Amino acid sequence: MPVDELMKEAELHEVRDRIRLFELDRREFLRLCGGGLLVCMSAVAGAQESGRNFGGHALPQEVSAWIHIDADGKVTVFTGKVEIGQNIRTSLAQSVAEELRAPFASIAMTMGDTDLVPWDMGTFGSRTTPTMGPQLRTMAMTARQMLVEAAAQRWKADPASLIAEDGRVTNPATSESLGYGEITRGEKLVAKVSGDPTLTPATEWKIAGTAMPKVNGREFVTGKHTYPSDVVRPGMVFGKVLRAAGYNATLISVDTSGAEKMPGVQVVRDGDFVGVVADDVWTAEQALGKIDAKWNVPAQISNAELFAALKKGAGDDGQTEIGAALASAEVKLEKTYTVAYIAHAPLEPRAAVAEWTDGKLTVWTGTQRPFGVKDELARAFRLGAGQVRVMMPDMGSGYGGKHTGECAVEAARLAKAAGKPVKLVWTREEEFTWAYFRPAGVMEIRSGVQRDGTLVAWEHHNYNSGPSAIGTPYKVATKVERYHEWREAPLAQGSYRGLAATANHFARETHMDELAHELGMDPLEFRLKNLDDARLRAVFEAAAERFGWGKEKSTAQRGFGVAGGTEKGGYTAACAEVEIDAGKKVRIRRVVQAWESGAVVNPDGLRNQIMGAMVQAIGGALFEQVQFAHGKVTNPHFAEYRVPRFRDTPEIEVVLIDRTDLPSAGAGETGIVALAPAVGNAIFAATGVRLRDMPMAVGAGNREQAVAGSE
Amino acid sequence: MADLKLHVNGAEMQTQAAEDEPLLWVLRNRLGLTGTKYGCGEGQCGACTVLLDGKATRSCLTPASAAVDAKITTIEGLEQQGRLTAVQQAFLEEGAMQCGYCTSGMVMAATALLREHAHPSEEQVMEAMNGNMCRCGTYPRIAAAIRRAAWGTVEKKGAAYARG
Repeated sequence: MPVDELMKEAELHEVRDRIRLFELDRREFLRLCGGGLLVCMSAVAGAQESGRNFGGHALPQEVSAWIHIDADGKVTVFTGKVEIGQNIRTSLAQSVAEELRAPFASIAMTMGDTDLVPWDMGTFGSRTTPTMGPQLRTMAMTARQMLVEAAAQRWKADPASLIAEDGRVTNPATSESLGYGEITRGEKLVAKVSGDPTLTPATEWKIAGTAMPKVNGREFVTGKHTYPSDVVRPGMVFGKVLRAAGYNATLISVDTSGAEKMPGVQVVRDGDFVGVVADDVWTAEQALGKIDAKWNVPAQISNAELFAALKKGAGDDGQTEIGAALASAEVKLEKTYTVAYIAHAPLEPRAAVAEWTDGKLTVWTGTQRPFGVKDELARAFRLGAGQVRVMMPDMGSGYGGKHTGECAVEAARLAKAAGKPVKLVWTREEEFTWAYFRPAGVMEIRSGVQRDGTLVAWEHHNYNSGPSAIGTPYKVATKVERYHEWREAPLAQGSYRGLAATANHFARETHMDELAHELGMDPLEFRLKNLDDARLRAVFEAAAERFGWGKEKSTAQRGFGVAGGTEKGGYTAACAEVEIDAGKKVRIRRVVQAWESGAVVNPDGLRNQIMGAMVQAIGGALFEQVQFAHGKVTNPHFAEYRVPRFRDTPEIEVVLIDRTDLPSAGAGETGIVALAPAVGNAIFAATGVRLRDMPMAVGAGNREQAVAGSE
Repeated sequence: MADLKLHVNGAEMQTQAAEDEPLLWVLRNRLGLTGTKYGCGEGQCGACTVLLDGKATRSCLTPASAAVDAKITTIEGLEQQGRLTAVQQAFLEEGAMQCGYCTSGMVMAATALLREHAHPSEEQVMEAMNGNMCRCGTYPRIAAAIRRAAWGTVEKKGAAYARG
C-alpha cells in the first residue's frame, strides 16, 4: 500500500480532534545531544518513502538511521522503529550483523528515543522489515567497506584482498588482523550512503535467516525488563484523570472539594480536563472517586443501529455498477457481510511517566509513533521541538492501537501542575473506552460466475472499515472495488493489525466459498481456477497439502474450510477444521496456515508472529465485539469482552515458504486475515449455516445466528 | 497509612500502605518489584499473578494486609544466584513470548501448577492457565514451555500444540 494511503488510515481516524491545548510556556532549552558517534552514516530513504509529506514532516530524505561503532567494537544502531513484541529488536540486529560481518552479540539497538534517533513516522503498516531492514543493511555494508578501506590504508594493502569477518578485518597474505573498534581508533568517520549497493543475497546469509532467540529474552522471564508502566523517576507521584460520562460529553459542573480534603492529594483543573495527583496510586484512585462531576452527554448511535447508520452515512445508493457483466453471468450472487468494532486490548494499557526539567518535557510512554506523540506534546504545551523528548521502552504491545499520545499528554499536564514526575497508567476500563477501535464495517459483494467456474463480474463495496486488501487477487474481467468513508462514525476508530484487510478478506473469501458451493465445486479448486498469482497459489497449495485438504469429507460434526489472500507483501492461506457439538457450539480444532513474505529474516520470530496473528484472529472471528450505547462502551472489562484464551486455541501449524530470491516483506499483520473466513467456511461445510457477520459465534450484526458461541 | 511487614522472596520487607491497598500496588509502587504487572485489576488476565505460600494468586484482588502471614514469591524471586528455574528456562527455550508483558504472570502460574502437579495432564494445564491472557497469542508455545519444564523435552510431532 502506498504511504499516503497508509497515512490516511492511520492519521485521519486517530489524530483528528484529539489535540488538547494547555497554558503557554515559551521557555526554550537545548535539545539533548546524541553525540559521540564514531561512524555516522546517512542513507537515502527507500524510494517508496521519498518525496511525500506527512504531518508537516518531509519524510526522511537523507537520515533514516545511524550506526555507531565504538573503540571496543560495540555497534549501536539508532532507529525510530520500536519493539512491541514483533521481534524487530532481534531481526534488525541480525540484518546489521550480517552485512557488517560482526558478531550478533556486538549489536545493540537504540530504538524510539526521539532525542537519539532520526525522525520516523512510526512502527506500523508492516514496513520495518521491507524499508528499515534494507536501509540498515545498506549502512552496515557501507560501514564494513569503510573499515576494510581504513585497514587497507594502514597496511598499504589492496582492500579487495582483505577479509571482513566476525568483527575483524584480516589480511590473509600477512595474517595481520584488527578488530573493528581498533580500526576506528575513536576517530569520527562519516559517510553518506548513495547509489544502490549490492547487499548480501539471502542465499548467503549466515546470521540473518537464522532462528536467533529473542535478544533480551532473559529480562522477560525474570521480570527485569522495564516497560513504560514500570518506569520510576526520583520523586515520582501518581496521577488519575476524570473521565466523561460518555463520548462527546461536556462538563456541566464539577465538585472537587472531597478530593481536595484528602491529605497529599492535589486536584488539577484545566478547562474540561480534571485530574488528581497523589503520592501513591491507591490514594489517587480514592481521590478520583470523590470527585462529583455532572456531564451533558448528547444523544448518539448505539451498536444496535450501527450497521444501518454506517451504510447510510457512508453513502450507499444500492445500485450496481457492473450490471452488464452481471447480466451475462450464468450464476449471480449478492451478499452482505459485517464486522463489529473490536478493541486492541493490549495487555499493557496506555502508560506514561512525564517529567518537566527546566521547561523541558521528557515522557516515557508506550507508543508506536514516538515522534507523533512528541508532536502532540509540543502542540499541547506549545513547546519547541527541542523541548520535548519521548522515550519508548519496549512495550506491552499495541497491534496498531497505540499510535496516539493522549496518556502522555495527560501525564505531562499533571506533572506540570505537580512540579514532580507523574506516572499515569490507564485502567483496563479506560483502555477499553478511551482508546480507539478497529472500525466496524459493512461489505457488499455482487458477483457473477459461469457454470464452468470462471469468475466474470465482481463488485465489492466496503462501508467504513477501510480500503486495505479490497482488491481481489482473483482474475475477473469486470470489477469494481470501492471504499466508502464515513467521517461521522460513532466511535473513535483507527489502525489495527491488518487494518481492513481482515474485513475485506472475510467478505471476499466467504463469498468465494459461497460461489464454489453454488457451483458444486471444491472451494480450493474454484479459487485456483481463478488465480494466476503464483505466490498466492503456492501458499494455498502448501496449506492444503499439509492439512490434507480433500482427504476427508465434512460431516455435521466436523467441517473443513479454506481461505487466503495477500496484503503488504505477505501471502497466506489457511485450512481450518471445526467441531460442532450437539448444542451447536463451535470449537476450532486445527488450523494449518501457510505463509510467504520473501526471504525469511528469522524463522523462529516469524513463526511466532504468524501463530500469534492466528490466535488473535480467533477473537475477532468468533466473539470479540465492542458493545456501546448512548456514548458509552457497555462491556469495557475482560469479563465481558472475551478475548482468545488457552482453551480457545486450536492445534496450530505454520508452514513457512522461504523465498530467498525475493525481498523480505513485513509479517506482523497479514497473518491475521485468513483464519476468520476459513473457520466460517468450515462451519458452513459442517452445518449448512452461512455466517456473514464477525464475530460469528455470538450473533453479530442484526441477524440471528444458528450456530452458538463456543463458550 | 499503616505499617506493613511482608515476606517477599525470602526477605522481610517493611513499608507503609493504605488500608485495603492491593498487594499489586504495594509490590510495584512501594517495594520496587515491577516485574508483577497490571493488566486489568479485576482478576481476569493473570498478569499480576504471584505465589502466596506457593499458590498462584491474583495480587490485584488481594489486599496487601491479607498477605502479611504468607510467604510471597514474585517473578523476581525465582532466579537463584543467576540460575533460572526450569519454567523460566523452558520459556526461553520455547521462545514462549512476544511482547512479554504476560510472561511474569504466566511463569508464576506455571510454577504453581508444576509444584502441585509435577507432570500435569493437558486438562490440568488448561485449568491452571486459562485465566492467564496472552494477547499476542503465544499460548501454544507457553503450553509447550510448561511441558518442557515438566518433562524436560517437548514432543513436537503429534502434540496437541505443535510449535507454531
